[in-house]
Amino acid sequence: MNLRKYLKVYKKFLHTSLASELEYKTNILVDLITAILSLVGSIFLLSIFFQNNGYIGGWKFEQALIIQAIYTILNGITNTWFNPNLTEIVKHIREGTLDFVLLKPIDSQFFISLKKINPSGFLEIMLGFLLLLFCIRINQINLNLSFLTLSSITISCSICILYSLWFFISTTTIWFVKTWNAIEVLRSFLYIGRFPLNSFSFSLRIFFSVFIPIAFITTIPSEVFLGLSVIWKILLEVIVATVFVITSRRFWLFALKFYSSASS
Amino acid sequence: MISNLIYRKIFTLLKVQYSNMLEYRVEIALWAISGIIPFFMLNIWTNNNLNETINISDVLLSRYFLCAFFVRQFSVVWVVFSFEEDSLMGRVSPYLIQPLNPFFRYFAQHLAEQITRFPFALIIAFFFFIFNPESIWIPNLGILLLSIVSTFLSFLIQFLIQSIVACLCFWTEKASSIERLLFIPTLFLSGLLAPVVSFPSYVKSWIYLTPFPYLIDFPANLLSGNETNISGGLSMQILWIFLLFPLFKKIWSEGTKKYTAMGS
Repeated sequence: MNLRKYLKVYKKFLHTSLASELEYKTNILVDLITAILSLVGSIFLLSIFFQNNGYIGGWKFEQALIIQAIYTILNGITNTWFNPNLTEIVKHIREGTLDFVLLKPIDSQFFISLKKINPSGFLEIMLGFLLLLFCIRINQINLNLSFLTLSSITISCSICILYSLWFFISTTTIWFVKTWNAIEVLRSFLYIGRFPLNSFSFSLRIFFSVFIPIAFITTIPSEVFLGLSVIWKILLEVIVATVFVITSRRFWLFALKFYSSASS
Repeated sequence: MISNLIYRKIFTLLKVQYSNMLEYRVEIALWAISGIIPFFMLNIWTNNNLNETINISDVLLSRYFLCAFFVRQFSVVWVVFSFEEDSLMGRVSPYLIQPLNPFFRYFAQHLAEQITRFPFALIIAFFFFIFNPESIWIPNLGILLLSIVSTFLSFLIQFLIQSIVACLCFWTEKASSIERLLFIPTLFLSGLLAPVVSFPSYVKSWIYLTPFPYLIDFPANLLSGNETNISGGLSMQILWIFLLFPLFKKIWSEGTKKYTAMGS
Protein backbone atom coordinates (compact mmCIF):
# COMPACT_ATOMS: atom_id res chain seq x y z
CA MET A 1 0.00 0.00 0.00
CA ASN A 2 2.58 2.48 1.15
CA LEU A 3 5.07 1.34 -1.45
CA ARG A 4 2.47 1.70 -4.17
CA LYS A 5 1.85 5.28 -3.10
CA TYR A 6 5.55 6.11 -3.31
CA LEU A 7 5.83 4.49 -6.72
CA LYS A 8 2.90 6.53 -7.95
CA VAL A 9 4.43 9.73 -6.60
CA TYR A 10 7.76 8.87 -8.17
CA LYS A 11 6.09 8.41 -11.56
CA LYS A 12 4.73 11.93 -11.25
CA PHE A 13 8.18 13.25 -10.32
CA LEU A 14 9.65 11.60 -13.40
CA HIS A 15 6.98 13.02 -15.62
CA THR A 16 7.25 16.63 -14.42
CA SER A 17 11.03 16.85 -14.31
CA LEU A 18 11.53 15.17 -17.68
CA ALA A 19 9.00 17.54 -19.20
CA SER A 20 10.85 20.57 -17.87
CA GLU A 21 14.32 19.29 -18.76
CA LEU A 22 13.36 18.41 -22.32
CA GLU A 23 12.63 22.09 -22.84
CA TYR A 24 16.37 22.52 -23.25
CA LYS A 25 17.11 19.97 -25.97
CA THR A 26 20.37 21.47 -27.21
CA ASN A 27 21.54 21.50 -23.63
CA ILE A 28 21.20 17.71 -23.50
CA LEU A 29 23.25 17.40 -26.68
CA VAL A 30 25.99 19.65 -25.28
CA ASP A 31 26.01 17.58 -22.08
CA LEU A 32 26.37 14.38 -24.11
CA ILE A 33 29.42 15.79 -25.93
CA THR A 34 30.82 16.88 -22.56
CA ALA A 35 30.43 13.35 -21.17
CA ILE A 36 32.12 11.77 -24.20
CA LEU A 37 34.99 14.28 -24.12
CA SER A 38 35.57 13.81 -20.43
CA LEU A 39 35.76 10.03 -20.89
CA VAL A 40 38.18 10.47 -23.80
CA GLY A 41 40.21 12.89 -21.69
CA SER A 42 40.54 10.54 -18.76
CA ILE A 43 41.50 7.61 -20.99
CA PHE A 44 44.09 9.93 -22.55
CA LEU A 45 45.45 10.75 -19.09
CA LEU A 46 45.54 7.07 -18.22
CA SER A 47 47.43 6.33 -21.44
CA ILE A 48 50.05 8.92 -20.44
CA PHE A 49 50.56 7.05 -17.18
CA PHE A 50 50.96 3.76 -19.04
CA GLN A 51 53.14 5.21 -21.80
CA ASN A 52 56.31 3.55 -20.66
CA ASN A 53 55.04 1.41 -17.81
CA GLY A 54 53.24 -1.89 -18.02
CA TYR A 55 51.71 -1.63 -14.56
CA ILE A 56 50.42 1.13 -12.29
CA GLY A 57 49.88 0.01 -8.71
CA GLY A 58 49.73 -3.58 -9.98
CA TRP A 59 47.05 -2.82 -12.58
CA LYS A 60 47.40 -3.27 -16.32
CA PHE A 61 45.95 -0.68 -18.71
CA GLU A 62 43.08 -2.97 -19.73
CA GLN A 63 42.26 -3.56 -16.08
CA ALA A 64 42.45 0.11 -15.17
CA LEU A 65 39.90 0.78 -17.91
CA ILE A 66 37.32 -1.13 -15.84
CA ILE A 67 37.75 1.46 -13.10
CA GLN A 68 37.13 4.20 -15.65
CA ALA A 69 33.97 2.42 -16.82
CA ILE A 70 32.61 2.05 -13.29
CA TYR A 71 33.53 5.64 -12.47
CA THR A 72 31.66 6.81 -15.59
CA ILE A 73 28.55 4.85 -14.62
CA LEU A 74 28.62 6.21 -11.06
CA ASN A 75 29.29 9.73 -12.31
CA GLY A 76 26.30 9.39 -14.61
CA ILE A 77 24.15 8.33 -11.68
CA THR A 78 25.44 11.33 -9.71
CA ASN A 79 24.57 13.67 -12.55
CA THR A 80 21.14 12.13 -13.09
CA TRP A 81 19.89 12.02 -9.51
CA PHE A 82 22.21 13.29 -6.78
CA ASN A 83 23.48 16.50 -8.29
CA PRO A 84 20.18 18.07 -9.41
CA ASN A 85 18.31 17.07 -6.22
CA LEU A 86 20.80 17.60 -3.49
CA THR A 87 21.94 20.98 -4.72
CA GLU A 88 18.27 21.90 -4.51
CA ILE A 89 18.39 21.36 -0.72
CA VAL A 90 20.65 24.40 -0.46
CA LYS A 91 18.01 26.46 -2.24
CA HIS A 92 15.16 25.02 -0.15
CA ILE A 93 16.90 25.97 3.06
CA ARG A 94 18.08 29.40 2.01
CA GLU A 95 14.69 30.44 0.73
CA GLY A 96 12.70 28.66 3.43
CA THR A 97 10.80 26.48 0.95
CA LEU A 98 11.74 23.38 2.91
CA ASP A 99 8.62 24.21 4.95
CA PHE A 100 6.45 23.09 2.04
CA VAL A 101 8.36 19.82 1.74
CA LEU A 102 8.03 19.08 5.44
CA LEU A 103 4.30 19.75 5.40
CA LYS A 104 3.64 17.16 2.70
CA PRO A 105 2.31 13.78 3.85
CA ILE A 106 5.34 12.02 2.40
CA ASP A 107 8.83 11.23 3.63
CA SER A 108 10.95 14.37 3.32
CA GLN A 109 14.14 12.50 2.43
CA PHE A 110 12.32 10.68 -0.36
CA PHE A 111 10.95 13.94 -1.69
CA ILE A 112 14.18 15.93 -1.75
CA SER A 113 16.32 13.05 -3.00
CA LEU A 114 14.22 12.01 -5.97
CA LYS A 115 12.21 15.05 -7.01
CA LYS A 116 14.31 15.96 -10.02
CA ILE A 117 16.04 14.07 -12.77
CA ASN A 118 18.57 15.13 -15.35
CA PRO A 119 18.16 13.02 -18.51
CA SER A 120 21.62 13.79 -19.92
CA GLY A 121 23.11 11.68 -17.13
CA PHE A 122 21.46 8.59 -18.68
CA LEU A 123 23.68 8.96 -21.70
CA GLU A 124 26.73 8.96 -19.46
CA ILE A 125 25.51 5.80 -17.71
CA MET A 126 25.06 4.12 -21.11
CA LEU A 127 28.53 5.25 -22.14
CA GLY A 128 29.93 3.68 -18.97
CA PHE A 129 28.13 0.41 -19.65
CA LEU A 130 29.44 0.30 -23.22
CA LEU A 131 32.99 0.74 -21.95
CA LEU A 132 32.35 -1.91 -19.31
CA LEU A 133 31.17 -4.40 -21.97
CA PHE A 134 34.26 -3.60 -24.02
CA CYS A 135 36.44 -4.23 -20.94
CA ILE A 136 34.71 -7.54 -20.28
CA ARG A 137 35.65 -8.57 -23.81
CA ILE A 138 39.29 -7.50 -23.76
CA ASN A 139 39.90 -8.89 -20.29
CA GLN A 140 38.19 -12.16 -21.23
CA ILE A 141 35.92 -12.21 -18.23
CA ASN A 142 33.38 -15.01 -18.42
CA LEU A 143 29.98 -14.09 -17.13
CA ASN A 144 28.35 -16.48 -14.68
CA LEU A 145 25.69 -16.16 -12.05
CA SER A 146 27.89 -15.73 -8.98
CA PHE A 147 29.98 -13.09 -10.76
CA LEU A 148 26.88 -11.17 -11.80
CA THR A 149 25.37 -11.19 -8.32
CA LEU A 150 28.65 -10.17 -6.65
CA SER A 151 29.24 -7.33 -9.11
CA SER A 152 25.71 -6.01 -8.82
CA ILE A 153 25.93 -6.18 -5.01
CA THR A 154 29.18 -4.21 -4.94
CA ILE A 155 27.99 -1.63 -7.44
CA SER A 156 24.75 -1.06 -5.55
CA CYS A 157 26.77 -0.65 -2.36
CA SER A 158 28.94 1.93 -4.14
CA ILE A 159 25.83 3.83 -5.18
CA CYS A 160 24.58 3.78 -1.56
CA ILE A 161 27.90 5.11 -0.23
CA LEU A 162 28.03 7.80 -2.88
CA TYR A 163 24.46 8.86 -2.19
CA SER A 164 25.09 9.00 1.56
CA LEU A 165 28.20 11.14 1.10
CA TRP A 166 26.29 13.63 -1.03
CA PHE A 167 23.28 13.59 1.25
CA PHE A 168 25.44 14.01 4.34
CA ILE A 169 27.11 17.15 3.03
CA SER A 170 23.85 18.58 1.72
CA THR A 171 22.26 18.06 5.13
CA THR A 172 24.88 20.25 6.81
CA THR A 173 23.26 23.12 4.90
CA ILE A 174 20.74 23.31 7.74
CA TRP A 175 23.49 24.79 9.93
CA PHE A 176 25.83 26.43 7.45
CA VAL A 177 23.30 27.59 4.80
CA LYS A 178 25.82 27.68 1.95
CA THR A 179 27.54 24.35 1.44
CA TRP A 180 27.81 24.56 -2.30
CA ASN A 181 31.58 24.65 -2.05
CA ALA A 182 31.75 21.72 0.34
CA ILE A 183 30.14 19.73 -2.47
CA GLU A 184 32.91 20.96 -4.77
CA VAL A 185 35.49 19.60 -2.30
CA LEU A 186 33.71 16.23 -2.32
CA ARG A 187 33.67 16.30 -6.12
CA SER A 188 37.40 16.89 -6.34
CA PHE A 189 38.06 14.07 -3.86
CA LEU A 190 35.80 11.75 -5.82
CA TYR A 191 37.97 12.46 -8.82
CA ILE A 192 40.63 10.12 -7.50
CA GLY A 193 38.08 7.30 -7.85
CA ARG A 194 39.19 7.19 -11.48
CA PHE A 195 42.46 5.54 -10.53
CA PRO A 196 43.29 2.28 -8.78
CA LEU A 197 43.74 2.79 -5.07
CA ASN A 198 47.08 0.98 -5.07
CA SER A 199 48.64 3.65 -7.26
CA PHE A 200 48.57 6.11 -4.36
CA SER A 201 50.99 6.26 -1.48
CA PHE A 202 50.21 4.42 1.74
CA SER A 203 49.03 7.46 3.72
CA LEU A 204 46.63 8.59 1.01
CA ARG A 205 45.34 5.03 0.70
CA ILE A 206 44.50 5.02 4.41
CA PHE A 207 42.87 8.43 4.14
CA PHE A 208 40.70 7.38 1.22
CA SER A 209 39.55 4.16 2.79
CA VAL A 210 38.96 5.29 6.37
CA PHE A 211 37.87 8.93 6.30
CA ILE A 212 36.27 9.21 2.90
CA PRO A 213 35.63 5.70 1.58
CA ILE A 214 36.25 6.55 -2.06
CA ALA A 215 38.37 3.42 -2.29
CA PHE A 216 35.29 1.29 -1.76
CA ILE A 217 33.34 3.05 -4.45
CA THR A 218 35.28 2.06 -7.57
CA THR A 219 38.21 -0.16 -6.66
CA ILE A 220 36.32 -3.03 -4.98
CA PRO A 221 33.71 -3.44 -7.77
CA SER A 222 36.54 -3.45 -10.31
CA GLU A 223 38.36 -6.11 -8.36
CA VAL A 224 35.20 -8.20 -8.44
CA PHE A 225 35.16 -7.88 -12.21
CA LEU A 226 38.70 -9.14 -12.43
CA GLY A 227 38.04 -11.95 -9.98
CA LEU A 228 40.70 -10.58 -7.66
CA SER A 229 38.42 -9.68 -4.81
CA VAL A 230 38.45 -11.53 -1.54
CA ILE A 231 35.22 -12.20 0.29
CA TRP A 232 36.02 -10.07 3.37
CA LYS A 233 36.45 -6.98 1.23
CA ILE A 234 33.01 -7.44 -0.28
CA LEU A 235 31.50 -8.04 3.16
CA LEU A 236 33.27 -4.93 4.43
CA GLU A 237 31.83 -2.89 1.60
CA VAL A 238 28.31 -4.12 2.40
CA ILE A 239 28.82 -3.18 6.06
CA VAL A 240 30.23 0.25 5.20
CA ALA A 241 27.34 0.94 2.83
CA THR A 242 24.74 -0.06 5.45
CA VAL A 243 26.39 2.08 8.10
CA PHE A 244 26.53 5.05 5.74
CA VAL A 245 22.90 4.81 4.68
CA ILE A 246 21.65 4.44 8.27
CA THR A 247 23.86 7.24 9.58
CA SER A 248 22.89 9.67 6.84
CA ARG A 249 19.21 8.95 7.50
CA ARG A 250 19.66 9.51 11.24
CA PHE A 251 21.68 12.64 10.58
CA TRP A 252 18.91 14.07 8.40
CA LEU A 253 16.26 13.45 11.08
CA PHE A 254 18.60 14.96 13.69
CA ALA A 255 19.34 18.01 11.53
CA LEU A 256 15.65 18.66 10.93
CA LYS A 257 15.26 19.42 14.65
CA PHE A 258 17.52 22.44 14.09
CA TYR A 259 15.70 23.69 11.04
CA SER A 260 14.34 27.12 11.82
CA SER A 261 12.89 28.15 8.45
CA ALA A 262 13.74 31.38 6.71
CA SER A 263 11.86 34.46 5.59
CA SER A 264 8.50 33.25 6.87
CA MET B 1 41.13 64.65 -14.31
CA ILE B 2 39.62 61.82 -16.36
CA SER B 3 42.33 59.37 -15.32
CA ASN B 4 41.65 60.35 -11.72
CA LEU B 5 37.99 59.43 -12.20
CA ILE B 6 38.93 56.06 -13.67
CA TYR B 7 41.23 55.37 -10.76
CA ARG B 8 38.44 56.17 -8.34
CA LYS B 9 36.08 53.86 -10.19
CA ILE B 10 38.56 51.00 -10.12
CA PHE B 11 39.40 51.59 -6.48
CA THR B 12 35.77 51.73 -5.39
CA LEU B 13 34.84 48.61 -7.36
CA LEU B 14 37.70 46.65 -5.85
CA LYS B 15 36.98 47.87 -2.33
CA VAL B 16 33.29 46.96 -2.53
CA GLN B 17 33.99 43.53 -3.98
CA TYR B 18 36.77 42.80 -1.51
CA SER B 19 34.56 43.48 1.48
CA ASN B 20 31.86 41.41 -0.18
CA MET B 21 34.27 38.50 -0.67
CA LEU B 22 35.57 38.69 2.89
CA GLU B 23 32.03 37.87 4.01
CA TYR B 24 32.37 34.53 2.25
CA ARG B 25 35.83 33.55 3.46
CA VAL B 26 34.81 30.05 4.58
CA GLU B 27 33.40 29.37 1.13
CA ILE B 28 36.57 30.61 -0.49
CA ALA B 29 38.69 28.46 1.83
CA LEU B 30 36.67 25.40 0.78
CA TRP B 31 37.04 26.41 -2.82
CA ALA B 32 40.79 26.63 -2.38
CA ILE B 33 40.78 23.10 -0.92
CA SER B 34 38.81 21.77 -3.87
CA GLY B 35 41.75 22.72 -6.07
CA ILE B 36 44.13 20.15 -4.62
CA ILE B 37 43.73 17.62 -7.46
CA PRO B 38 47.29 18.38 -8.75
CA PHE B 39 48.65 16.98 -5.47
CA PHE B 40 46.81 13.68 -5.97
CA MET B 41 48.24 13.51 -9.47
CA LEU B 42 51.72 14.20 -8.09
CA ASN B 43 51.19 11.29 -5.74
CA ILE B 44 50.43 8.94 -8.64
CA TRP B 45 53.45 10.19 -10.60
CA THR B 46 56.03 9.84 -7.88
CA ASN B 47 54.58 6.74 -6.25
CA ASN B 48 54.85 4.78 -9.51
CA ASN B 49 58.16 6.36 -10.60
CA LEU B 50 56.48 7.57 -13.79
CA ASN B 51 58.64 10.70 -13.88
CA GLU B 52 61.79 8.74 -14.70
CA THR B 53 60.55 8.16 -18.22
CA ILE B 54 60.12 11.88 -18.90
CA ASN B 55 63.41 12.91 -17.28
CA ILE B 56 62.04 15.13 -14.54
CA SER B 57 63.36 14.59 -11.05
CA ASP B 58 60.99 14.03 -8.12
CA VAL B 59 61.80 17.44 -6.67
CA LEU B 60 61.22 19.34 -9.90
CA LEU B 61 57.98 17.46 -10.53
CA SER B 62 56.64 18.23 -7.06
CA ARG B 63 57.53 21.90 -7.57
CA TYR B 64 55.77 21.77 -10.92
CA PHE B 65 52.54 20.45 -9.41
CA LEU B 66 52.69 22.93 -6.54
CA CYS B 67 53.06 25.76 -9.04
CA ALA B 68 50.25 24.30 -11.16
CA PHE B 69 48.10 24.42 -8.03
CA PHE B 70 49.03 28.07 -7.47
CA VAL B 71 48.47 29.12 -11.06
CA ARG B 72 45.09 27.39 -11.06
CA GLN B 73 44.13 29.11 -7.80
CA PHE B 74 44.77 32.51 -9.31
CA SER B 75 43.25 31.88 -12.70
CA VAL B 76 39.90 30.37 -11.73
CA VAL B 77 37.11 32.11 -13.62
CA TRP B 78 33.38 31.75 -13.07
CA VAL B 79 32.04 34.82 -14.84
CA VAL B 80 29.68 32.79 -17.04
CA PHE B 81 27.83 31.40 -14.01
CA SER B 82 27.41 34.85 -12.43
CA PHE B 83 26.36 36.41 -15.69
CA GLU B 84 23.89 33.64 -16.48
CA GLU B 85 22.21 34.01 -13.11
CA ASP B 86 22.14 37.80 -13.36
CA SER B 87 20.66 37.74 -16.82
CA LEU B 88 18.01 35.13 -15.94
CA MET B 89 17.02 37.16 -12.88
CA GLY B 90 16.94 40.38 -14.88
CA ARG B 91 19.70 41.98 -12.82
CA VAL B 92 21.66 42.86 -15.94
CA SER B 93 19.17 45.58 -16.89
CA PRO B 94 20.21 48.13 -14.22
CA TYR B 95 23.89 47.35 -14.95
CA LEU B 96 23.39 48.15 -18.62
CA ILE B 97 22.10 51.63 -17.81
CA GLN B 98 25.21 52.51 -15.82
CA PRO B 99 28.10 54.11 -17.70
CA LEU B 100 30.32 51.10 -16.96
CA ASN B 101 30.53 47.78 -18.78
CA PRO B 102 29.11 45.17 -16.38
CA PHE B 103 32.09 42.94 -17.07
CA PHE B 104 34.28 45.38 -15.12
CA ARG B 105 32.16 44.53 -12.12
CA TYR B 106 32.76 40.81 -12.61
CA PHE B 107 36.44 41.45 -13.26
CA ALA B 108 36.75 43.30 -9.94
CA GLN B 109 34.86 40.45 -8.28
CA HIS B 110 37.43 37.94 -9.53
CA LEU B 111 40.40 40.07 -8.47
CA ALA B 112 38.93 40.60 -5.01
CA GLU B 113 38.32 36.88 -4.68
CA GLN B 114 41.95 36.18 -5.57
CA ILE B 115 43.14 38.54 -2.85
CA THR B 116 40.86 36.79 -0.35
CA ARG B 117 42.06 33.39 -1.53
CA PHE B 118 45.77 34.21 -1.27
CA PRO B 119 46.24 33.40 2.46
CA PHE B 120 44.41 30.06 2.11
CA ALA B 121 46.57 29.07 -0.85
CA LEU B 122 49.64 29.94 1.24
CA ILE B 123 48.41 27.72 4.09
CA ILE B 124 47.92 24.80 1.69
CA ALA B 125 51.42 25.37 0.28
CA PHE B 126 52.78 25.42 3.83
CA PHE B 127 51.28 21.98 4.50
CA PHE B 128 52.64 20.77 1.18
CA PHE B 129 56.15 21.78 2.28
CA ILE B 130 55.74 20.04 5.63
CA PHE B 131 55.11 16.78 3.77
CA ASN B 132 57.70 17.47 1.07
CA PRO B 133 60.48 19.45 2.78
CA GLU B 134 63.00 18.64 0.06
CA SER B 135 61.04 20.58 -2.54
CA ILE B 136 61.36 23.97 -0.81
CA TRP B 137 62.92 26.55 -3.09
CA ILE B 138 63.05 30.29 -3.52
CA PRO B 139 62.63 31.51 -7.10
CA ASN B 140 64.63 34.62 -7.94
CA LEU B 141 62.81 37.91 -8.07
CA GLY B 142 62.83 38.28 -11.85
CA ILE B 143 61.32 34.84 -12.40
CA LEU B 144 58.78 35.45 -9.66
CA LEU B 145 57.63 38.70 -11.27
CA LEU B 146 57.50 37.13 -14.73
CA SER B 147 55.44 34.22 -13.48
CA ILE B 148 53.02 36.54 -11.71
CA VAL B 149 52.63 38.39 -15.00
CA SER B 150 52.09 35.16 -16.94
CA THR B 151 49.60 33.88 -14.37
CA PHE B 152 47.69 37.12 -14.74
CA LEU B 153 47.79 36.79 -18.52
CA SER B 154 46.49 33.22 -18.19
CA PHE B 155 43.68 34.56 -16.01
CA LEU B 156 42.94 37.21 -18.66
CA ILE B 157 42.75 34.61 -21.45
CA GLN B 158 40.33 32.47 -19.45
CA PHE B 159 38.31 35.51 -18.42
CA LEU B 160 37.97 36.59 -22.06
CA ILE B 161 37.00 33.10 -23.26
CA GLN B 162 34.39 32.78 -20.54
CA SER B 163 33.07 36.28 -21.15
CA ILE B 164 32.56 35.38 -24.80
CA VAL B 165 30.67 32.26 -23.71
CA ALA B 166 28.73 34.36 -21.17
CA CYS B 167 27.60 36.69 -23.94
CA LEU B 168 25.91 33.70 -25.57
CA CYS B 169 23.37 34.11 -22.75
CA PHE B 170 21.84 36.83 -24.90
CA TRP B 171 20.84 34.16 -27.42
CA THR B 172 20.31 31.05 -25.30
CA GLU B 173 19.37 30.81 -21.62
CA LYS B 174 21.87 28.17 -20.57
CA ALA B 175 25.35 29.21 -21.62
CA SER B 176 26.94 27.47 -18.65
CA SER B 177 26.63 24.05 -20.29
CA ILE B 178 28.88 25.31 -23.11
CA GLU B 179 31.35 26.44 -20.47
CA ARG B 180 31.28 22.97 -18.89
CA LEU B 181 32.05 21.55 -22.33
CA LEU B 182 35.02 23.91 -22.79
CA PHE B 183 36.26 23.09 -19.31
CA ILE B 184 37.04 19.47 -20.31
CA PRO B 185 39.87 20.27 -22.78
CA THR B 186 41.10 22.92 -20.36
CA LEU B 187 41.30 20.32 -17.60
CA PHE B 188 43.15 17.68 -19.59
CA LEU B 189 45.32 19.77 -21.92
CA SER B 190 46.36 22.68 -19.74
CA GLY B 191 48.86 20.69 -17.71
CA LEU B 192 46.90 20.63 -14.47
CA LEU B 193 46.83 16.82 -14.29
CA ALA B 194 50.03 16.00 -16.17
CA PRO B 195 52.80 18.29 -17.45
CA VAL B 196 52.59 18.90 -21.20
CA VAL B 197 56.14 17.49 -21.68
CA SER B 198 54.78 14.07 -20.78
CA PHE B 199 52.13 14.13 -23.54
CA PRO B 200 52.62 11.76 -26.49
CA SER B 201 54.16 13.38 -29.56
CA TYR B 202 50.97 13.20 -31.65
CA VAL B 203 49.43 15.65 -29.18
CA LYS B 204 52.53 17.75 -28.61
CA SER B 205 52.73 18.52 -32.33
CA TRP B 206 49.62 20.70 -32.30
CA ILE B 207 48.97 21.57 -28.67
CA TYR B 208 51.29 24.59 -28.60
CA LEU B 209 49.12 26.26 -31.22
CA THR B 210 46.09 26.17 -28.90
CA PRO B 211 45.70 28.43 -25.84
CA PHE B 212 45.61 25.49 -23.41
CA PRO B 213 49.29 24.94 -22.49
CA TYR B 214 49.68 28.66 -21.78
CA LEU B 215 46.96 28.54 -19.12
CA ILE B 216 48.75 26.41 -16.53
CA ASP B 217 51.70 24.52 -17.95
CA PHE B 218 53.70 27.57 -19.07
CA PRO B 219 53.35 29.73 -15.91
CA ALA B 220 53.90 26.67 -13.70
CA ASN B 221 57.06 25.65 -15.56
CA LEU B 222 58.31 29.22 -15.34
CA LEU B 223 57.76 29.50 -11.61
CA SER B 224 59.01 26.03 -10.73
CA GLY B 225 62.24 26.47 -12.69
CA ASN B 226 61.52 23.74 -15.23
CA GLU B 227 62.72 24.21 -18.78
CA THR B 228 60.49 26.51 -20.83
CA ASN B 229 60.63 29.08 -23.60
CA ILE B 230 59.94 32.32 -21.70
CA SER B 231 59.66 34.85 -24.52
CA GLY B 232 57.76 32.43 -26.74
CA GLY B 233 55.24 31.60 -24.04
CA LEU B 234 54.62 35.20 -23.05
CA SER B 235 54.18 36.31 -26.63
CA MET B 236 51.72 33.50 -27.32
CA GLN B 237 49.71 34.54 -24.26
CA ILE B 238 49.62 38.16 -25.45
CA LEU B 239 48.73 37.02 -28.98
CA TRP B 240 45.72 35.08 -27.70
CA ILE B 241 44.56 38.09 -25.69
CA PHE B 242 44.80 40.25 -28.80
CA LEU B 243 42.79 37.67 -30.75
CA LEU B 244 40.08 37.21 -28.11
CA PHE B 245 39.52 40.82 -27.07
CA PRO B 246 38.05 42.10 -30.39
CA LEU B 247 35.89 38.98 -30.53
CA PHE B 248 34.51 39.75 -27.09
CA LYS B 249 33.82 43.38 -28.04
CA LYS B 250 32.01 42.27 -31.18
CA ILE B 251 29.85 39.66 -29.47
CA TRP B 252 29.07 42.07 -26.62
CA SER B 253 27.85 44.80 -28.95
CA GLU B 254 25.81 42.30 -30.98
CA GLY B 255 24.43 40.71 -27.84
CA THR B 256 23.29 43.88 -26.11
CA LYS B 257 21.17 44.65 -29.18
CA LYS B 258 19.51 41.26 -28.71
CA TYR B 259 18.91 41.76 -24.99
CA THR B 260 15.32 41.09 -23.97
CA ALA B 261 15.45 41.89 -20.23
CA MET B 262 14.23 38.57 -18.90
CA GLY B 263 12.56 38.52 -15.50
CA SER B 264 11.85 42.21 -15.27
